[in-house]
Amino acid sequence: MLKKEGQIRIPAGCAISGIMNKKGKRFSGEMIIDSISVMHERSNGLGGGFAAYGIYPDHKDSFAFHLFYDSKVAQRETEEFLKKYYDIELAEAIPTRKVSSIKDSPIIMRYFAKPKIDELYKSELNEDDFTVKFVFKVNNGIDGAFVVSSGKNMGVFKAVGYPEDVGEFYKLENMYGYIWTAHGRFPTNTPGWWGGAHPFNLLGYSVVHNGELSSYGSNREYLRQNGYKCSLQTDTEVVAYLFDLYYRKHKLPVDIVCKILAPPMWDEINRMPREQKRLYKSLRAVYGLGLMNGPFSVIISTDTGLIALNDRIKLRPLVVAKKGDMMFIASEESAIRAVCENPQKVWHPRGGEPVIELLDKTVSTYIEHKYIREVTA
Amino acid sequence: MIKTIDAYGLYYKDLNNMIKKYYEKGIQEFRLKRVSGQRYIGSGIHGKPNIVIEGTPGNDLAAFSDGVNITVKGNAQDAVGNTMNDGNLIIHGHAGDTVGYSMRGGKIYIKSYAGYRVGIHLKQYQDKIPVIIIGGRAGDFLGEYMAGGIIIVLGLDVAADEELVGSYCGTGMHGGVMYIRGNVAPYKLGKEVKSDTLSESDMKVLKKHLSDYCNVMGLDFKKVVSKTFTKLYAYNKRPYGKLYAY
Repeated sequence: MLKKEGQIRIPAGCAISGIMNKKGKRFSGEMIIDSISVMHERSNGLGGGFAAYGIYPDHKDSFAFHLFYDSKVAQRETEEFLKKYYDIELAEAIPTRKVSSIKDSPIIMRYFAKPKIDELYKSELNEDDFTVKFVFKVNNGIDGAFVVSSGKNMGVFKAVGYPEDVGEFYKLENMYGYIWTAHGRFPTNTPGWWGGAHPFNLLGYSVVHNGELSSYGSNREYLRQNGYKCSLQTDTEVVAYLFDLYYRKHKLPVDIVCKILAPPMWDEINRMPREQKRLYKSLRAVYGLGLMNGPFSVIISTDTGLIALNDRIKLRPLVVAKKGDMMFIASEESAIRAVCENPQKVWHPRGGEPVIELLDKTVSTYIEHKYIREVTA
Repeated sequence: MIKTIDAYGLYYKDLNNMIKKYYEKGIQEFRLKRVSGQRYIGSGIHGKPNIVIEGTPGNDLAAFSDGVNITVKGNAQDAVGNTMNDGNLIIHGHAGDTVGYSMRGGKIYIKSYAGYRVGIHLKQYQDKIPVIIIGGRAGDFLGEYMAGGIIIVLGLDVAADEELVGSYCGTGMHGGVMYIRGNVAPYKLGKEVKSDTLSESDMKVLKKHLSDYCNVMGLDFKKVVSKTFTKLYAYNKRPYGKLYAY
């Protein structure tokens, strides 16, 4: 069996990329594959993955569960568990094609499902909390089963391999989404296994991450106290759960969430005007265990937008660009220019300074937008 | 003769080997078109070819290079001129983090802004004095652990609410000099850094480098030098010299 996180240590950077159409127009996965593949040198073939939003319009009101199984036994057990709590609209294998570099594939399934009304009622939870509970039960309770993603009208596609090969494996050129993120992995502390590839997801929140979180221990403990079980022994996992906790459960504004994750330094807080100082002092007092330390650049995606965030002293690269309704984020500028010839604006955000870009609210998300490769002259 | 190479889709090793091979055959002038993220361009060449790059070169442009002259007609990424020993790198755009990382000699001119940690561990020895000039602003940790060389920040395209340099400027600095076109708030400076006005000999050095920079970038020298500069240098050349001496 493949060794999991924590059982082995491998020495190592990573590549991250994110693209969004602000109007919600959907475009093929080809564009993000073209972007991430420019940064091939940043990965080592031990993990690649994509998160895509708007890909399942026919099932947009159901949770789309993507699952990995090590065995038929794990699959049977999980499906029985799923059937007990959810009405399943559709269960099918996620379409893949043979790619020579992608090996040891688990069983890969997806389910479109809605919580059973009586079970939901009995649980006294809302359907998001109900689903979070389900995800943690599968990941911690069923040996050989792993929930890859659990949002609506979105999905995560990941594997052990280079991201461009992973994109080919999952036939992402045939998928159309209005937000795409991608990751090429170069693991530093852990082995590459399918579940350990990025993006990490919970409900509609997905994270791709370059770097490492030295605060992982305290973050994990803080999350445990708030009912989240970190089962993957991978630092990135905590980013998705912290975001879920602050944004969905505590209902904090997204810019405040970012300022909790990467707060200003104390000397900077001390120079702030009184009101601002009070705010930031309170945030650090309340959420002290939930701030992220160590080198990182992350892209957090939700069904309504993209967030790019760097650690406070900027120990990892991050570039952002805009052109018309399109927004681009990447570890390297070349990865943006490979798919966007003349961006109107390109910039390197400062450490700890989030870039938050939301979808326009009034738009329809169901217009297909053809991606034509832009080639520089 | 100018050798034009279309770099579109070329793996970085193949591109760099191609340049090296043509250079060994006697070609001095190169034009690289459609460069997209290829790393280490200009590295590993013994000599002084002139390379013009169109597109976006990858990280570690001219890393460990020794004499190459590179002009980028666009932006550059991270670690431009990493540990370079000699040569001239001219970027007609912005650059990412760690420009001139551990640089030992030569010049890097950047037209617009540069990212974090510009000139980290810049050093000098006798006549080898590396020079980095940034036309825009520079990010945090400018001249971190700086041990020698010259960094000049002009802030020419900086908006009124923007700062010329970021925080932690010169943290760990113990050699070399920075000239900043304007003021730097004291809280931004590392505790090893002293701020001062420029002496006559400083002005001479500054003017020499700026006239070359303005010439290359097509800027009005008089306008650029008309503003008051701040000099930043280290309090102590060997702050840790007695650390293990008891």
